[in-house]
Amino acid sequence: MTNPWWIIGGVLFVLLNAAAGLIWLERRMLALWQDRYGPNRAGPFGILIVLADTLKLFFKEDWIPPFADKVVFVFAPAVVAASVLMSFVIVPFAPGIVVSDMNIGILFFLAMSSLGVYSIVLGGWASNNKYALLGAMRGASQMISYEVFMGLALMGVVVMSGSFNLSVIVEAQKNVWFIFPQLIGFVIFLIAGIAETHRLPFDIPEAESELVAGFHSEYSGMKFGMFFIGEYLGITLISAMVVVLYFGGWLGPSFLPPVIWFVIKTFAFIMLFILLRASMPRPRYDQLMEYGWKVLFPLSLLNLMVTAAIKLWLSTH
Amino acid sequence: MPIIHIDNKPYEVKDGKNLLEAVLSLGFNLPYFCWHPALGSVGACRQCAVKAFRDEQDTKGRLVMACMEPVRDNMRISIADSDAAGFRKHVIGWLMTNHPHDCAVCDEGGSCHLQDMTVMTGHNYRDYHFTKRTYNNQYLGPFLNHEMNRCIQCYRCVRFYKDFAGGKDLDVFAAHNHVYFGRQQDGTLESEFSGNLAEICPTGVFTDKTLKQHYTRKWDLTTAPSICQGCGLGCNIIAGERYGSLRQITNRYNGDVNGYFLCDRGRYGYEFVNSKERITEPLVRHYPGDAANGQPVLHHVRNRMKAGKVIGIGSPRASLESNYALKELVGAEHFYLGISENDHELVSLMLKILQQGPVRAATMQEAAAADAVLILGEDLTNTAPMLALSVRQAVRRIPVQEVVSSIHMPAWQDAAVREAVQESKGPLFILNVLETKLDELAAGAYHTAPDNIARIGFAVSHLLSGQVPEVTGMSDEGKAAAQKIAAALKAAKNPLIIAGYSSCNEAVIKAAANVAWALKEQGIDAMLSFTVPECNSMGLEMLGGHRLDSAIDEVMNGNAATVIILENDLYRRMDQHTANHFFDRCKDVILLDHLFNATAERANILLPAATFAEADGTLVSNEGRAQRFLQVFTAAGSMQESWRWLLQIATLNGHPVLQHLAHLDDIVVAIQQRYPVFTGIESLTPPADFRMAGQKIPRETHRYSGRTAMQANLHVSEPKPPEDEDTALSFTMEGYRGEPPSSVIPFFWAPGWNSVQSVNKYQVETGGPLHGGNPGKRLIEPKVNAQTKFYMEAPQPFLPLSGHLLLVPVYHIFGSEELSVHTPGIAERMPAPYIMLHSEDARRFQVTEGHLLYFTDKGHQYALPVIINDKLQKGAAGIPVGLPHMQVAEAPQLVKI
Amino acid sequence: MFSLLRSMWLIFLHMFHKRDTYQYPEQKAPLPARWRGRIALTRDPDGEERCVGCYLCAAACPVDCISLQATEDEHGRRYPEFFRINFSRCIFCGFCEEACPTYAIQLLPDFEMAEYNRQNLVYEKHDLLINSQGKYPGYNYYKIAGLAIHNKDKGDAQHEEPPVDIKSLLP
Repeated sequence: MTNPWWIIGGVLFVLLNAAAGLIWLERRMLALWQDRYGPNRAGPFGILIVLADTLKLFFKEDWIPPFADKVVFVFAPAVVAASVLMSFVIVPFAPGIVVSDMNIGILFFLAMSSLGVYSIVLGGWASNNKYALLGAMRGASQMISYEVFMGLALMGVVVMSGSFNLSVIVEAQKNVWFIFPQLIGFVIFLIAGIAETHRLPFDIPEAESELVAGFHSEYSGMKFGMFFIGEYLGITLISAMVVVLYFGGWLGPSFLPPVIWFVIKTFAFIMLFILLRASMPRPRYDQLMEYGWKVLFPLSLLNLMVTAAIKLWLSTH
Repeated sequence: MPIIHIDNKPYEVKDGKNLLEAVLSLGFNLPYFCWHPALGSVGACRQCAVKAFRDEQDTKGRLVMACMEPVRDNMRISIADSDAAGFRKHVIGWLMTNHPHDCAVCDEGGSCHLQDMTVMTGHNYRDYHFTKRTYNNQYLGPFLNHEMNRCIQCYRCVRFYKDFAGGKDLDVFAAHNHVYFGRQQDGTLESEFSGNLAEICPTGVFTDKTLKQHYTRKWDLTTAPSICQGCGLGCNIIAGERYGSLRQITNRYNGDVNGYFLCDRGRYGYEFVNSKERITEPLVRHYPGDAANGQPVLHHVRNRMKAGKVIGIGSPRASLESNYALKELVGAEHFYLGISENDHELVSLMLKILQQGPVRAATMQEAAAADAVLILGEDLTNTAPMLALSVRQAVRRIPVQEVVSSIHMPAWQDAAVREAVQESKGPLFILNVLETKLDELAAGAYHTAPDNIARIGFAVSHLLSGQVPEVTGMSDEGKAAAQKIAAALKAAKNPLIIAGYSSCNEAVIKAAANVAWALKEQGIDAMLSFTVPECNSMGLEMLGGHRLDSAIDEVMNGNAATVIILENDLYRRMDQHTANHFFDRCKDVILLDHLFNATAERANILLPAATFAEADGTLVSNEGRAQRFLQVFTAAGSMQESWRWLLQIATLNGHPVLQHLAHLDDIVVAIQQRYPVFTGIESLTPPADFRMAGQKIPRETHRYSGRTAMQANLHVSEPKPPEDEDTALSFTMEGYRGEPPSSVIPFFWAPGWNSVQSVNKYQVETGGPLHGGNPGKRLIEPKVNAQTKFYMEAPQPFLPLSGHLLLVPVYHIFGSEELSVHTPGIAERMPAPYIMLHSEDARRFQVTEGHLLYFTDKGHQYALPVIINDKLQKGAAGIPVGLPHMQVAEAPQLVKI
Repeated sequence: MFSLLRSMWLIFLHMFHKRDTYQYPEQKAPLPARWRGRIALTRDPDGEERCVGCYLCAAACPVDCISLQATEDEHGRRYPEFFRINFSRCIFCGFCEEACPTYAIQLLPDFEMAEYNRQNLVYEKHDLLINSQGKYPGYNYYKIAGLAIHNKDKGDAQHEEPPVDIKSLLP
């Protein structure tokens, strides 16, 4: 076992850089899919735009509106980054590279992603601005709703692997990735994951065409940067979780080390997220809720029941 | 009240009006050109066509001209009818056939009635593709620009100039489609009211030439309601500014005062505001060894104000607020009226007569409605020009009434009424030293010395009332005149007696009062109108103070060391030798004024005082009407209102009352509390915190342009616009867009009505009072049941003295007023100094026209070129008053030749 | 559902399409003739200033960034005494050009006017006036307007009759 501090440090370093790099990546990819170039001036391929953006954010006026609830206003963006980073604690990047291989991994992940709601609600509330509050309310209901069947969808995997421990789940996919038996669960989890990170097409809490910038309308400077980073960390997290739960985590042909397989798979899903943003229109808020509760929720229950039934049938035969 | 149906909706209208007036009063938009509320209808332009229906069943109807159609009960008309609308559109199309493609270079553009009406009728595209008629223009003097190509032949100009204002030198020439409106040859328009042509003309034939020197569109002007400073009548004006200079004066309709018109002194006399002679920064002239350099100027002022040694000299051309502030600052016992002995005697007498007598002072509109007029010793055209215009209307009243009652012709049928009236005139009697322009209208005009005028006046009052003793030793001619006048006045219902300052004779004023009171005693509703020399003469007299002579004595006796002079050139109040002597004896002279004048040369400390365009203040007009003028723009440099300077001095000195005052509203309330005679001036304009729909009233139109560029040459970041803490108006274009209260209308504009004709939308009815009442408050009302104390002593008849001449003042509309002569155009029309003699006197002193006449006054020699005028009383000599470089100050007086 | 996947696929394929972007400083964008860029004051065919100082551009300007003062030469021809545009406020809407009755003010296909110092964005008349007729060659306002100027008296403009002889009695 290596020193856990190295792992923590390594994970933090990689994640934060990845999140920052994602800003560049997303802009470049969106541009490519829209027949543009995207940021291509600063440094090779424009990669230094990340540095420039960060510098810009640092030098922006850190402004707190006079009408805001100051303590909560400052606190909210910290919550989002912290809760997402905490979720990464249980992600097994490769055998032995995991911060805490706890046996309630999935539950911890669900708990942490629920905490993320607070940042939105508190940020929107503290801004004391009608658009921010509307965004926060949408975000809260959206995240709480989609969390329900996100958890339910996951249960199929848990049933199949018989464990909440993510390393065990990965190991359980040695023969066949859960994507095949759990296709429905995967689809539901993916959709819920998008909703959970409130990415397009489900960016309803910050729908700029209706709500300015939703819950973070009033944020600027590095506080806005925290929301920004939080969002990209969220994408990375959901992608990583999808890989861990349904695509065999680090598993892959042995010509590449396991951690590379993990990274490649995660990266592919991140690209999928960006492609979604490039191609999907935003649904209406009521459509989103209706879709969640009337379609995904029963489907996820059905998936769980069928999975459980088959598992039961298999175990008794 | 008749009910008329317009487009099938019933409306109640006023009887005796024509349809156009009724429709406009109801707020409809109906185009017109030749009709004007003050001029009546002639039906020349065919623009106001509407459809009239016989009854409810009639669907065909017929086209009628609204301005020629009296309102009748149950009348059914349609404005929107397609025939009528099409007719109006075609009429304007025809009017436009010869109208040039000029709007971009036309000064009328943006405030053009023709533009408005063209848009209103929907004539959008020119159908006419043939050649256009052109005209050559004329030079019409320094006030008006002529561009005949633009004429649409509505005849308004000649109807105003000739028929209304009595001008002789503008007429219509040639025939058919060649008619030409102009003079017989190039030359200055002679009428004193020519400037109104710029507003009367519905398009750009006559435009304001002074505006052209610094041309600005109406929408770009920052405007504010103001009061004319040209004479004591208090005409309401709108003053407009752009790029820090005053650009234009236009009429501000006030149904009680000036109505639709202004005189040329008022309209063009504004350019002193932009003068290079302006005092823009405080100036301290140091004593040798005075180490006070670098101190704020107010400290210098304080250092030189030694307790008990300071006197203040007020001014009849400064606002009530400034005079009050000075009076409080130096104390009532040290406050002196800055007016000559004569003016003081006369104005205080007028005030006494109006305050204590039973006869009321006439407003100018009441004067225009008088049915008999007696003018005692006044050349109104030169001393109170707009009152002369009122008298011109009054003279028409009796004959027009006869026509109206005998041939049942409504009074607004202008052409027909003039045809019926012909040359017949109502009774007007003029007694003056010289001939006046109104003489042509008079049933009797007598030219004699002021004392003799007073004697005839006394004789008239004797004939009217037994209480006044007979005047002994009257000439037969005088007796006949008095009898004729008395008979005419007795027959009138509301006769008007006019006297004033220009006769410089108390007895004339008393005679006027006697005549009016005697008529009142007879149960005749007589009115008085006194002219006063300056815009706030009446207000200053009501405020009260010691005579200027006492101030001179105080200084000469060494009782006073420091003199604070408020907006006053003492060289105009006394002869230059006395003034020089006075200033020699003053230790310190502190002057607050606009221009570097002779007094400014003698002052130790100069404080730059804002003119009417840069200041808020209150003036009291000759009828005792208090009116407020509001600041148009923030002056450059350190210029600010005199009262603000004085309040700042008072604050520095710790004055018990004044140090608590800061804004206009504070000082107005303080005046009212201290001097109950001014009760009511507080509500002349809404207070500074007045808001409409939560907003201030903007001084700028919603089309005001260039805000982000006009000062960009100095710095690309726009400065914060100045804030107005004194009034309810704002200096920007932001604010309430509807109709403001009548006292604070900064400009007349209504949707679709960009020209001055939009005033219709601000009136209760066309030509009637403004919504919410005409602004201003009359502070002097007669004592209804007062015991009339007639003046008993008629003066002795004037007898020429050998070797002497009685100098009598001759006033000139262009030249006699101190500030307006700084307008180049007015200076151009100013006469050269002269002395006017009867030919017999000239023979007696062996001079002829053009010779210099030498005479002595108080031991000083003067020489003036001679002008011969046989209308002048023998033994009297007329000298022009107030002209720059006229060093003889005092008239009337006997001088030795 | 299929349509979503299809659109995702189609958008993915855009990755291999040609870029629409102009790589600006190296590669200039072709600007159409009616591009609304830098504002200029043009001259009439005789080489005189077209602007007559009518203030319509200033009135039309939604950001009020034009200010001028009209004046006249000794023959009555109007021209602006000063003409100032504050380009730090200008939004290049082209209303001024539409409002101009003399084709004097024109927006040109040139947008490269950035400055490090905002004050340099304030253009005075000598910065704005160009020696060209711009987009409307041949137009001369004074040839149409009725006003007399130097070398063009009353009746000399297009479609004008000679001045009326008011002393004539002929019909």
